[in-house]
Amino acid sequence: MINGLDFRRLRRSGLALGAFALSATFLLPAVAPDAPAFIRTAMAEDTQKADVSRVVSVGGAVTEIIYALGEEGRLVGRDSTSTYPEAAKTLPDVGYMRQLAPEGIIAVNPSAIVAVEGSGPPEALAVLKEANIAFTSVPETFDKAGIPTKIRAVGAFLGVEDKAETLAKSVEADLDAAVAEGAARADGERKRVLFILSTQGGKVMASGQGTAANGIIELAGAVNAVGTFPGYKALTDEAIVEAKPDVILMMDRGGEHAAKAEELFAMPALSLTPAAQNKALVRMDGLHLLGFGPRTASAVRELNAAIYGKKANASQ
Amino acid sequence: MPRSEALGRGMRLTGLAADIRNEWRAGNRSRLARLLVVALVVIAIATFVGSIMTGAADASLANVWRWLIGEADQALSIRDRIIILDIRLPRAVLGMLVGASLAVSGVVMQGLFRNPLADPGLVGVSSGASLGAVLLIVLGTATFGPLFALFGFYALPVAAFFGGLVTTLLLYRIATRGGRTSIATLLLAGIALGALTGAVTGVLVFMADDKQLRDLTFWGLGSLAGANWTKILAAAPIILLSLAVTPFLARGLNAITLGEAAAFHMGIPVQRLKNVAIVSVAAATGASVAVSGGIGFVGIVVPHLLRLVIGPDHRYLLPASALLGGTLLILADMIARTIVSPAELPIGIVTAFIGAPFFLWILLRGRSNMGL
Repeated sequence: MINGLDFRRLRRSGLALGAFALSATFLLPAVAPDAPAFIRTAMAEDTQKADVSRVVSVGGAVTEIIYALGEEGRLVGRDSTSTYPEAAKTLPDVGYMRQLAPEGIIAVNPSAIVAVEGSGPPEALAVLKEANIAFTSVPETFDKAGIPTKIRAVGAFLGVEDKAETLAKSVEADLDAAVAEGAARADGERKRVLFILSTQGGKVMASGQGTAANGIIELAGAVNAVGTFPGYKALTDEAIVEAKPDVILMMDRGGEHAAKAEELFAMPALSLTPAAQNKALVRMDGLHLLGFGPRTASAVRELNAAIYGKKANASQ
Repeated sequence: MPRSEALGRGMRLTGLAADIRNEWRAGNRSRLARLLVVALVVIAIATFVGSIMTGAADASLANVWRWLIGEADQALSIRDRIIILDIRLPRAVLGMLVGASLAVSGVVMQGLFRNPLADPGLVGVSSGASLGAVLLIVLGTATFGPLFALFGFYALPVAAFFGGLVTTLLLYRIATRGGRTSIATLLLAGIALGALTGAVTGVLVFMADDKQLRDLTFWGLGSLAGANWTKILAAAPIILLSLAVTPFLARGLNAITLGEAAAFHMGIPVQRLKNVAIVSVAAATGASVAVSGGIGFVGIVVPHLLRLVIGPDHRYLLPASALLGGTLLILADMIARTIVSPAELPIGIVTAFIGAPFFLWILLRGRSNMGL
């Protein structure tokens, strides 16, 4: 080999170096603990009952639940998804729930953190645990049963089980009543709803199985028009036409122009759907719609009304 | 510290600054370079300590220090210890390591390819390393179970290292013909490889589930937020080893400035030099990307800035770049984690804000002597 890289020589010198670099690191796992702690002592006192007097709340639904329980006096911080009620916005924002910074949280001096399942990153949570800040992860499911479960979990952590039980019961009853309307509907008249997360660059991101959007559509007695894939995925134009949605559902990001609906239905694929013919676009506040918190019953009613047009206050 | 001693140290520092100014005026590049390396050591240490002292939360470094050297009554608060030793110190150490490794990789690549634009980020080596890491995350335990079992928490740096190595080798293969590396081919091939690895990463992102996606977003912007001792232990040996090799390349890289043939006739084992340089760049970049994601512009801004001041001699350029790269990254991290506190910005945003305008300035300033 005359030109370029001589692999035979590389084997001798270069790869020898590489192999050494790699092999040197093998010696270390024995020394390294599998957790980030520099020193792990004086952790014993952590096992007693957690101090929940100063709480950081992570996740919009969790924050709503704390307010609904009337325990907002304990809050010293919240994440950026916690935008309801209005008062929550005045609390220090410790960042996006999936990109928490440990020092930022420690800076608001909390004694405990309540976070919805999926908050992180794990490294940050590990450090916070190390800092003796009590932590609980509230399980997240996008169905009817998940909401009272969340409320009870938050209540148990805050030590207000009784209040939580009362709230859970009333939320559950309210939710049952709201869902009953949709559930009573015959299968034949259920409308097909397409939830569109975004239309960035003309690409429709829609919600499949296991998403909050899928959950709320089902609770409202409708059918997710694209229930064949998990998570949020970009759809092809043809798949949109095939999905035959009767209604398009989107988050209302605020300050949206009225012309947006026309633009949306002018997209070639969407223009061929029943939704476009009926100009059936529903916009709802994202946290209200997808939060799966105490307000979900009202979200179900609003969505139900918007889809089936029983009430006049349905958004356009 | 006694007053007189502090005064003495202050005098020495101002003396150093004055010396540097004199040598700069006199145009004495090599003496200037030596002084600058000393100055950079001081600046790096000051930045390092400063970064440990500042942050969103209050913590007393003095208390932690007293506790560490065993002087304190054991009343040191867990909070102080966690903030200083488990949050800020790992970030500063990782910032120093990653910054040094990116800057030195930049110098080595620029020297090797005799091209001022070569930078692990710009020519696709970082995206190759990212691809290695992303492959591991998405295909994960199903496909790479044995790798996880074998490497434990080193699996990610190792995967990133191989991603970086394969990309670097490919790039080198493509751009070199008859022992000569074409600048245009190198850049174009780098762009092509970057696009290709980006595309494969895109496929994987599409396949990823929501949880994996969360792990993946990190690779795009880069961050030191996940710094902890485990990560440092995983990356430091690879980075330090590849940095330790580079001083031995300095003479060879200087000779290569005159062309590979000339270097060969000067008695430089050119082929071996290239091989060692490529492996060390791939290892350093791969390990850095694995622990901190794709942090751009450090590898291109730092070497250029230093070349403007101390000239092209790699004997000084390499250590100076390591020091300045680490210092800059620690500073960028300080900005990232304090400017929107208690939340924080991804550091890639900060380095791009500092780096991109500077890069443009270099471009405009030196268009003619860069062969553009």
